Amino acid sequence: MSAWETVIGLEIHMQLATVSKIFSGAATAYGAEPNTQASLIDLGYPGVLPVLNAEAVRMACKFGLAVNASIASRSVFARKNYFYPDLPKGYQISQYELPIVSRGELLILDDDGREKRVGITRAHLEEDAGKSLHAGSDEFSRIDLNRAGTPLLEIVSDPDLRSPKEAVAYMRKIHTLVRYLGISDGNMQEGSFRCDANVSIRRRGQQTLGTRTELKNLNSFRFVEKAINFEIERQREVLEDGNTVVQETRLYDADLDETRAMRTKEEANDYRYFPDPDLLPVEIDEAFIRSVRDSLPELPDAKRQRFVAQYDIRQADAEILTMSRATADYFEAVAAGTDARLAANWVLGDLSAALNRDGLEIEQSRIPPEQLAGLLERIADKTISGKIAKDVFEGMWAGEGSASEIIEARGLRQITDSSAIEAVVDAVIAAHSGQVAEYRAGKDKLIGFFVGQVMKDTRGKANPAEVNRILKERLKG
Amino acid sequence: MSEEAGALHVRTVAELARGVREGEFTASELTEALLERIRGLNEDLNAFITVTAEQALAVATAADRARNSGSAPPLNGVPIVHKDLFCTSGVLTTCGSRMLANFVPPYDATVVQRLTNAGAVTLGKTNMDEFAMGSSNETSWFGPVANPWDTSRSPGGSSGGSAAAVAARLVPAATGTDTGGSIRQPAALTGTVGLKPTYGRVSRHGMVAFASSLDQAGVITRSAEDAAMLLGVIAGFDERDSTCLDRPVPDYVAGLRRPLKGLKIGIVRQHFDEGLDPQCASRIRAALDVLRDEGASLREVDLPNLALSVPTYYVVAPAECSSNMSRFDGVRFGYRADSPEDLLDLYCRSRGEGFGAEVRRRILTGTYVLSAGYYDAYYLKAQKVRQLINQDFRNAFGDVDVIAGPTAPTTAFALGEKTDDPITMYLNDIYTIGANLAGLPAISLPCGFAGKLPVGLHLVGPHFAEERILNVAHQYQLLTDWHRACPEGFA
Repeated sequence: MSAWETVIGLEIHMQLATVSKIFSGAATAYGAEPNTQASLIDLGYPGVLPVLNAEAVRMACKFGLAVNASIASRSVFARKNYFYPDLPKGYQISQYELPIVSRGELLILDDDGREKRVGITRAHLEEDAGKSLHAGSDEFSRIDLNRAGTPLLEIVSDPDLRSPKEAVAYMRKIHTLVRYLGISDGNMQEGSFRCDANVSIRRRGQQTLGTRTELKNLNSFRFVEKAINFEIERQREVLEDGNTVVQETRLYDADLDETRAMRTKEEANDYRYFPDPDLLPVEIDEAFIRSVRDSLPELPDAKRQRFVAQYDIRQADAEILTMSRATADYFEAVAAGTDARLAANWVLGDLSAALNRDGLEIEQSRIPPEQLAGLLERIADKTISGKIAKDVFEGMWAGEGSASEIIEARGLRQITDSSAIEAVVDAVIAAHSGQVAEYRAGKDKLIGFFVGQVMKDTRGKANPAEVNRILKERLKG
Repeated sequence: MSEEAGALHVRTVAELARGVREGEFTASELTEALLERIRGLNEDLNAFITVTAEQALAVATAADRARNSGSAPPLNGVPIVHKDLFCTSGVLTTCGSRMLANFVPPYDATVVQRLTNAGAVTLGKTNMDEFAMGSSNETSWFGPVANPWDTSRSPGGSSGGSAAAVAARLVPAATGTDTGGSIRQPAALTGTVGLKPTYGRVSRHGMVAFASSLDQAGVITRSAEDAAMLLGVIAGFDERDSTCLDRPVPDYVAGLRRPLKGLKIGIVRQHFDEGLDPQCASRIRAALDVLRDEGASLREVDLPNLALSVPTYYVVAPAECSSNMSRFDGVRFGYRADSPEDLLDLYCRSRGEGFGAEVRRRILTGTYVLSAGYYDAYYLKAQKVRQLINQDFRNAFGDVDVIAGPTAPTTAFALGEKTDDPITMYLNDIYTIGANLAGLPAISLPCGFAGKLPVGLHLVGPHFAEERILNVAHQYQLLTDWHRACPEGFA
């Protein structure tokens, strides 16, 4: 065990999936022509005022309730003042002293696979800034304000995480949760889900926290793990050399796999937070909380437990099946029409592989769940073998029709008629007298050879169990 | 034209609306007449930054058409002007600043839109202290405004252009904004009526912000009746301003008729201390006597924390100002410094050159009081005092219906007299600031003269009691003629 203990807290900046911005009616859709989705409010025009989007409040509450947090009956928007060209008003509207969500928690699996509670300090609503584009040789910086005013929920964890893997487990869990709740698309490439990590280390047993650094803008699970790993090593070297860690903000460079100092505490902005006089405090009553609670879907942990109990599938499979609501829904639709364990195997196996291969999400699967259930039913009723089923699956994926149609069209119906199988078995035995002698002399492993020959002669259509039974009987001699 | 009503330019909003409606004259004739007057007299006053003659004539023509088709709205054809911090679509909106000397908004402020929808004809945009920061109209990038009663004197500020234009009979009514007295103090200094409604009564959408929790739009007119008519048009909920309250708008004009008998008027003793010019004090006392003679009773009320209102205001207002002014950075609109070396240089020079001294002073003050380590001592403490002042008023209004006193400590002061001394200048708003801190409705109305200069009577009411203060002001005007007095040379 290392002499050092790592302490990590994460700040996740998550874009909420509202149709319009948090304080204006402009659309939030990603990828539009620069500066076509910015209203006068987003542009910070003189005289315009922010008006809060109620949907953003509802989504923040959903999150709060899902992590067992308390929802503030009164929360306040504050102005965070700093100058930057992509910040049109010269301040960002955020929440400071009174956030909408506080004191939540989440269960994750630690590095040893044990359940661990991670505290969520707070989650607050804020608006995103625009985007500055500093392109190559161009002497100008360009600004796209489409993103300005996009609603964000900033989720701040307690410093409860003790390893990069735990940090990733926590982040993944939040990622899964918010997509379940339908409050964020969690799209990391588009920046809808990004994270800053506060990292420090201390001697094992030490009670006080070490000096932390803040790693900025980690936009993939892999980068979170790599950046924290790098930072732990860097801090360890600093401390073991007898130096002190400087409290500073560092930027992770994925290309070089290293973190670099951005600014120290002394260089940090004084944001001069104060309550935004343009917005009234957000007041939330019990009735609203009740209505949000009633709208919550079944959450991942509950669903996983139900899957294990209801479908009798493995914990590990249930875990993966419930990672996304779409996968869980797909699985349940398949399981409704056939054996659940078989359904789990196929969804996690062949279906996942095919989706990965074609770069599709499960919602875009070329085979709808009812059709997959149809295929699995043909295995269960012994019309085809599992091996043949894989070919049928590919046919279905290619759009050749339903399982039954493909089985009929290609003549893949399994041979279960024992007299037909007996004839093939007899022919194989007659043709391989040498191997028959060896088998009878005790080389049991040769059974596989005979099965293979029979399957080959029946083009895979013979029922494998039946082939085995007949072979063993005839070979006894 | 009927003889007894007099020349068009001396008539009130109510009289002009009636005249157009009854076909005594057309909106076009009226507009032409007042534009002509502005052309002749504005040069001495500098009350306007922009005169929108062409648009005004087009709107007046449309008003005449509406009248003839029988679908005329209540203010059909009535001329009005807007303080130059109300955004007007397609018309320059400068806020009296070099920073916005080239700024043409693509939209109308709610106040502008409602008046336009009610048929009012906008003649132009009026001069003002830069971004409404000032009490003399001398901080304007477009030069000071002269007081029609004595053109060597200030009309007050920041809505000085609006007040001067109404006092000089260039226009019957103007919009203004009041953050610490910016409607009422110029009204007092120019012998006009200035109404600041309750915070949240009128939408701030499209009003360029100075101090958001204090700013409120209102009107400057020559009679309380006109103020009541206009308030009825501009007041009411606006979904584009979250601080605008969703409350029904009463019929303010109908409320004017209530008699004064039984009215309980509160007097704040400290308002008559040595800070108040003795001549002004005697005019105010005389006005109170008029009200008492009509059946109102006077009693003293105590506002123990009111003395803290000026320092409190000069923490809260600059704090909000420092943040509100941040959007003027030379990046998207407004003034931009020539050939900046880098981003910091662009910011520093655009803001350094675009803002005048008073605006810069307030940005610096506000930045200071919000800074880490000072926030609790200044901003937070000021907010607490503000609560106490609010509570003082609440207690007082348990005993009285309105609080009456002077609007300003002196009559109009000479241009240049106080420009080197910001503190003395700030003290000009000593009687008005309390209503802003507490969000209360207040009105200033002319109540006589000290020498040749008008004196203003200040009435403050409880939240949403506009109806009552307008009623008291109107009843006073039924008994007196001060509001009909016209400055020499502008008759």
